[in-house]
Amino acid sequence: MPRRQAVGWAFLLPLVAYLLLCYVYPLLTNIDLSIRDHTVRSFVHGGAPLIGWDNYAKVFADPAFGPALRNTVVFTVVSLVFQYVIGLALAVFFARGFRLSVTLRALLLVPWLLPLIVSASTWAWMFNSEAGVVNAALTFLGFGTVDWLTSPDWSLVAVTIANIWIGIPFNLVVLYSGLRNIPAELPEASSLDGASRWQAFWYVTFPLLRPISGITLLLGLVYTLKVFDIIWIMTRGGPSGSSTTLATWSYELGFGTMLPRFGPSAAVGNILIVLAVAAGLLYVRLQRHQETA
Amino acid sequence: MKSSPNTRRLTAALVATGLALSACSSRPGGDSGTSGTGTFSVWDPYPQFDGTSEWVKVIRKCGAQAGVDVERQAFDTTDLTNKVLLAAQQGTAPNVLVVDNPVVSTLAEGGVLKSNQDTGLDASGAAPNLVAAGQTGGQTYGVPIGANTLALYYNRAVLSTAGVDPAAIKDWVSLDAALARVTAAGKKGITFSAIGTEEGTFQFLPWFWGAGAQLTDLSSAEAVSALELWKSWLDRKYAPNSVIGNTQTTSWQEFATGEYAFAVNGTWQLGNAKKAGFEYGVIPIPSRTGGVAPAPAGGEFVTVPAQSGKDEEATAARIANCLTSPETVLATDTALTYVSAVASVQQQQVAAQPDFAVWVDAVKSAKGRTGDGLGTRYPRISQPLWTAVQAALTGSKSPKDALQAAAASAK
Repeated sequence: MPRRQAVGWAFLLPLVAYLLLCYVYPLLTNIDLSIRDHTVRSFVHGGAPLIGWDNYAKVFADPAFGPALRNTVVFTVVSLVFQYVIGLALAVFFARGFRLSVTLRALLLVPWLLPLIVSASTWAWMFNSEAGVVNAALTFLGFGTVDWLTSPDWSLVAVTIANIWIGIPFNLVVLYSGLRNIPAELPEASSLDGASRWQAFWYVTFPLLRPISGITLLLGLVYTLKVFDIIWIMTRGGPSGSSTTLATWSYELGFGTMLPRFGPSAAVGNILIVLAVAAGLLYVRLQRHQETA
Repeated sequence: MKSSPNTRRLTAALVATGLALSACSSRPGGDSGTSGTGTFSVWDPYPQFDGTSEWVKVIRKCGAQAGVDVERQAFDTTDLTNKVLLAAQQGTAPNVLVVDNPVVSTLAEGGVLKSNQDTGLDASGAAPNLVAAGQTGGQTYGVPIGANTLALYYNRAVLSTAGVDPAAIKDWVSLDAALARVTAAGKKGITFSAIGTEEGTFQFLPWFWGAGAQLTDLSSAEAVSALELWKSWLDRKYAPNSVIGNTQTTSWQEFATGEYAFAVNGTWQLGNAKKAGFEYGVIPIPSRTGGVAPAPAGGEFVTVPAQSGKDEEATAARIANCLTSPETVLATDTALTYVSAVASVQQQQVAAQPDFAVWVDAVKSAKGRTGDGLGTRYPRISQPLWTAVQAALTGSKSPKDALQAAAASAK
């Protein structure tokens, strides 16, 4: 092997080793877990029998699967839409640049910087049906109170609101830098041609922002699919499964009871990975389509 | 020697690889364990105790008595089970393990623990109702280090404004009457934890067992009556809606506001009760028709995991025996605010602190969750049970339907 090539491989080695150890190995272990019938004894002493797709079949047949999948989709889609729209609105607002805009923008990043345990606990406390500030405000404004975290109709709404709040800064930052990369002459030229502000945004700025929007939404999708901490801290996926997503269900199966069910838990985790990969492939395909178009 | 730029680059890359490898593969606690040398490892779920605490001194003393050095590691209690399972899989389980009692039968069934008969661990001094949680397949695994359980805390001022005498609360009817008077007086009735985790089941069990229901039959008429009691408290606003999401800690925080007449909570809150800033009292949880309801026994077992040799296991058992012996366990139980599992130590505890007597009584009538021969079946019963409690309290199912669904999925 030529010397140059050897050095090249040596440089690749850390990355390859990292990928193998910290990605490929856990992934394969997870697949292996999901196709075996694990008991606590076989987990410790080995020798769990191969059962193929049984764990997946069990997961799909579980009455909790339908609601968990539906919750995952609703939670993800609603979170993404609101995070993106609010993030974009704020990005456009700050892109105009005004006094204090830098300070305000920095303040809006706070949700991103807070440890999730802090923000989720704070939201849980604000949404408390007895002493929470949200219900106090609703009463003050003349509305009735809502059992945000303890009613099966509202728990998913409550965790979604908290998740939207946490996700806005990410959308704001990425979209803001995307807006800064659009040459100012283009919207300017369109307004000289008589476009209204809205038209300039909708027909010039927004289409130019499309690649950035795509990657923002894709990253957001992957993050949101696997959101676990916010939901677990606020509701534990309850009451009676009404805010359980695939991510919290996987955790609940594996670690939520005293008798771990590693097989089904790993199966649910793998289903989540497949969902995320499918979204990624869809994104790549759309992007290619865009480039050729 | 002058090295070429390429060689230097290669070295840098190799160093980076080494770093990446060690970053990925280092496992906490991987080195200690069943090495068979003079250092024995003890794992416990008491991270609140640091190296200067009485508990750690006791561990060292017991190690010294057995002629070995002891290295102690503390974990969060929910984390400990997973850590132990992983460690056992890697053959690095600790020599002595202090673990939550309902987990013992699961670990025993998994072959992680050694039975007392094999190691010489002695549970004969501990109360049989507490030892029951560690019995499976005709063998006993470990010794309870002490126990906690649930009782009713009450706020003296709230009860006296409402004209309620706590001593008169002997059954569900008198408790209901007390709650009615308290809420009529404009105060809040009772707070508890009905969260969708093991904590929720733990809090429901005194009412479930107090009605005469059995964990082997979740949909019995007695079980339904217990769930109907809880549901009626929410319907009549005796209990806040927040109980559905309350952990025992958040439930306690509600009680600590001083607005509530009663709170279902455990021995471990006694320290906080003294700091609450109002006068409190404790009565046992009443059963449906009168008398003390059996509450679930909480608290840990000192166990001996399977090790490389009989000698190590025997030495580990000596340490475990020392940790649970009447002479040493008083200090530990006092630090944990646990009721001792040993009758003579219980007497010492009551002598030192007369208001502890109610807790000693509650522990005497407490039941192990994994007892009655349930063992590893318990987790499969507990989860449907808390799901049913949540479904009924939120109103998405009637208590009867919810428990029938639970009974079906517990099979």
